[in-house]
Parts: sequence; structure tokens; C-alpha cells
Amino acid sequence: MPPTLALVQFQPRLGDLHANLERHLDWIRRARSQGADVVVFPELSLTGYILQDLVPVVARRPRREDPIFGPLLEASRTVDVVVGFVEEDQRSRFFNSAAYLSQGQVVHVHRKVYLPTYGMFDEGRFFAWGDHVAAFDTRFGRFGLLICEDFWHVSPPYLLWLDGADVMIFPMASPGRGIVPAAPKLSTARWVEAVVQAYAGLFTVFTAFVNRTGFEDGIHFWGGSAIYGPDGSLLAQAPYSQEALLLQELDLRALHRARARLPLLRDERTALFQRELARILERRELPKAPPRF
Amino acid sequence: MTPYPTIDLSINTDLVREILVRFIRTEITRAGFQRAVVGVSGGVDSALVCFLAAEALGPENVLAVRMPYRTSSPESLEHAALVIEATGVQHLTIDITPMVDGYLEHYAPDASRLRRGNVMARSRMIVLYDQSAAFRGLVVGTGNKTEILLGYSTLYGDAAYAINPIGDLYKTQVWQLAAAVGVPEVIVQKAPSADLWVGQTDEDELGFSYRLADQILYLLVDERYRVEEVIEMGFPADVVQAIMERVRRNHYKRIMPPIAKLSHRTVGYDFLYLRDWGT
Repeated sequence: MPPTLALVQFQPRLGDLHANLERHLDWIRRARSQGADVVVFPELSLTGYILQDLVPVVARRPRREDPIFGPLLEASRTVDVVVGFVEEDQRSRFFNSAAYLSQGQVVHVHRKVYLPTYGMFDEGRFFAWGDHVAAFDTRFGRFGLLICEDFWHVSPPYLLWLDGADVMIFPMASPGRGIVPAAPKLSTARWVEAVVQAYAGLFTVFTAFVNRTGFEDGIHFWGGSAIYGPDGSLLAQAPYSQEALLLQELDLRALHRARARLPLLRDERTALFQRELARILERRELPKAPPRF
Repeated sequence: MTPYPTIDLSINTDLVREILVRFIRTEITRAGFQRAVVGVSGGVDSALVCFLAAEALGPENVLAVRMPYRTSSPESLEHAALVIEATGVQHLTIDITPMVDGYLEHYAPDASRLRRGNVMARSRMIVLYDQSAAFRGLVVGTGNKTEILLGYSTLYGDAAYAINPIGDLYKTQVWQLAAAVGVPEVIVQKAPSADLWVGQTDEDELGFSYRLADQILYLLVDERYRVEEVIEMGFPADVVQAIMERVRRNHYKRIMPPIAKLSHRTVGYDFLYLRDWGT
């Protein structure tokens, strides 16, 4: 049976972990009853997004003894769950993290590696920078997790691709911006969709972004969570701006079909990439003779 | 033909309307309220806000307050009545003449036009906030982006409100959205006026048109053009400079007043929470 991915877009209560835990458990029950195998929540789904000085107050460690993660890990015995939260490490650094929970275990934690700190964003002021990008094995194949700004840089999805991820999941909290020039959708929505769809096609993988809804003060989160197939096609999309549960079966055999047609992964010249990147970073001159592959 | 290019600021009104209606509904209900109070002047900004609030909360949950002063134009009152009729909201008319004159006649008989206008705007704020307590609603603001950037408002007067749905729309965008949601054409078409004295119009007082100001502001603020670049594009230098100077000089109206920092943690600097904290 192909796995069914469920994306949950909703408005968390800002800074209220217990209220948000209840809502997570409720969504998980609903998704499970509709046949979900993996339920994915948006960035910082357990806390809300613009936390500022609430960051240290809502920070957690994802382990069984934690009163928030205990029930989530319990819920993950029947359905895999991806949640967004503030993670506090052993030395009290606070990360904007997403955790993949399955069979009562923490399978993987991704700490956001790109913290937007410009314009309306101020994450670098409150969060520590994550330092790893890695794919991980799940019951349903090899997955990758990136959080919002992470995928505005090309390198993290590229690394996930090389690390074997066939399903890339991007939880996010994208504030809606851009009403000029007049268009059918906000310019942020247009851009996110274009980029996440492009990754699906360029890497011949499944990609999905799950974006929250609602408001924080005047900031509007536009939802519109979507799933794309390895041929770059849109498989399913939730409505803009309203709470929704989006379910989509992932036909993993589509990976075979896409790569038989378009062998981008087979032909990727990682050694060339590595060599050139090393040269660029070391600011070396171009070699006199063209190197062999 | 103008010597400068036309910057098209038009918007997708369906998209913006949906976001603003959701904004009003979400931000009022999460604060524990169901209702809104809007000062309806007869102008296009407050008309638009009244329409959006009625759509968000239901007309029975919106109180439109008309607050004429003795010198206010009768047309303003009539246009406000058109808005009330079209939206079906609850309404009140409160003559602010006794409260305004009670102060001015006794304590400031020689006050300038500007001072008198500010006393009127602040009297309306007192009425709106008091009526919002009686109605158990929140005051919804009606200042647009042009006005906020130019500082063309009275601090603690019309610039006082709980939430503002239209503060990121330029005046020309307000006109477009107002027409799209059904604000009566006579209100959308008329010359904007604060109606603080007889014959006042915004554009006379500012010295430039909203259509021109909006394009210049859009380039300077949204698109981060330099002043010299906007002038090079052919926009009149005196207007560009006057606008930039107004934006700078009136910044105090857009931020909380500075608190002298003494401790390690001071409101406004390093005590940072959203208004929606905990909701």
C-alpha cells in the first residue's frame, strides 16, 4: 500500500504549548481516521511563529519524559508525525526545529540552518543556527526535512537529494506579501509554489510544503500547502488561508517512472561539483589543463 | 501626458478583500470580542472599513458612529448614512460640538485651525473608545498607508485604534477596493477631506494629489528607490522631496514613544512580545 501523506494547515495559539498539543492530537486523530500514514504540521506548529522573547519559555527537548512530546510520541505509534517546535539543547541553545516521530521514537530532528534575519524576519536574534542537513530512513522510504528559509537556498535540498531523500518535506510559516502587481495570488504564494515544484522536477522526488494559516498581529499566513510528484506535477493543494487537512497517496513507483524517463540523478556529477566548489571556496585559479572526470 | 511613468498600483480586490475580512474576524475574536466599532465620517476610508467589518462580523456586530461637529459638512453626514444603509450595521450619531466647544470656548478661544481640528479628532477618539466599551467591541481604524506614511493624521485622534485593516493600502488602492466591495460611487468619487474646517480638502492641504503621492511613496518605501532615482524618473523634485521630508518628520506618529532605558529589560527595546501573545 502506498503511504498517504497528510498535511495540516492551521493557526496555533501563540506561545501556548498545551493548547497546541491538544490541537495536534485532534488533527492526528482526524488524519488517521482518514487513512493518513504520515501527518505533517507547519513550522513551529507547537508554539506559533513570531515568538520573540517567548522562545526560551516554550523550548522543549523531544523525549518521552517531556509532557508535550510524551503524548505526541504515543500518538506516533499508529501514524508518523512531523511537528515544529523550539528545541533546547543540552547547553540551552534554542533551535527552530522539526521532528519526525514514528513508532514511539524520535527518528530525526532537523534544526533550521537558515534563519531569516532581514525585513520582517528576526529569527537570528532569537534562535541558534542548525548545522546539519541529512536525509533519514522512515517506514516509507528515505525522507528529508527542511524548514522554510532552508529551501530558499539551493544547497540544502541539493544535499538532501544526494543523501538519498526521495520525499522532501518543507514545514513553513510563510507570511503573505506582495499585492502589486495585481495577480491571482500573493507573490509569496506564487514563489513558494514555483520553487517547491521546481525541486520536485529537478530532483525527480516528491516534495511537499505545509504552510500554516491564520494571523499573528497583522501578519497573514496563506496556507495553500501542496504536494508535487517526481515529474514536477502538482498532486494536491489545500485552499489558501483556511484551516485544512490535505491527504495524498504517494505512489512511490512514480520515482522509477520519472527516473527512467529523466535520469537527472544518475547523471549528477557530484565529483565535478565537489572539485569546483572546493576550488571556488579556496579561490584557486582555474587549472591549466582540463581535469578528467 | 505626464513627464513621468505611471506606476500601476492596482490590486486583486478579491484576494485583498478575503485577507482583510479574515484579519478583522481573527484579530477581534482572538482578543475575546465579537464586535467592532467604526467611526464613519462619510469618507471612503471609513466606508471601506465599515463594509469589511460588516462582512467579517455580521452587520449586527458592527457599530458605526457618526460624530459631526457644527462646522462639518452636511454632505459628510449624508454619505455616512449611505454607508450605514448599505451595510445594515448598527449606528449612533453623536454631536461632538458640546464637548469640543466646551473646551475650546473656555480655554482656547483663539486656537488655530490645526489645534481645533486636533481637538475634534481627539474628541472623536474619546467617543469611539467609550462607545466601544458600551458596545463590547474593538475600535477598528481607518487610516490608509498614504496617510500613515505622510503623517496626515492626529496622534491619539484618528490614529488611535485597536486594529487597522487598511493601513497597508495606498489611497488609490483604497478607492479600487472600496468600489469593488460596493461602497457607493458618490463616496468613492468625491475629493478626500478630513472635514475639519469648511472647504478643506486633503490634496489642497498636502499640496499634491494622492495619485502622485502614492506612486512616489510606492517607489520610495515598497521598492526602496533612492530619492534621486525617483526624481530622475521624471517625478517632480519638489514633491518627491516634500514627501520624503514628511515621512521622516512624522515618524514619531508611527512608533511607541521612547522610554528612557535604565534597566536590563525595558518595554519597547528588549521586552518583545506580539500583541497576540497567548491567543
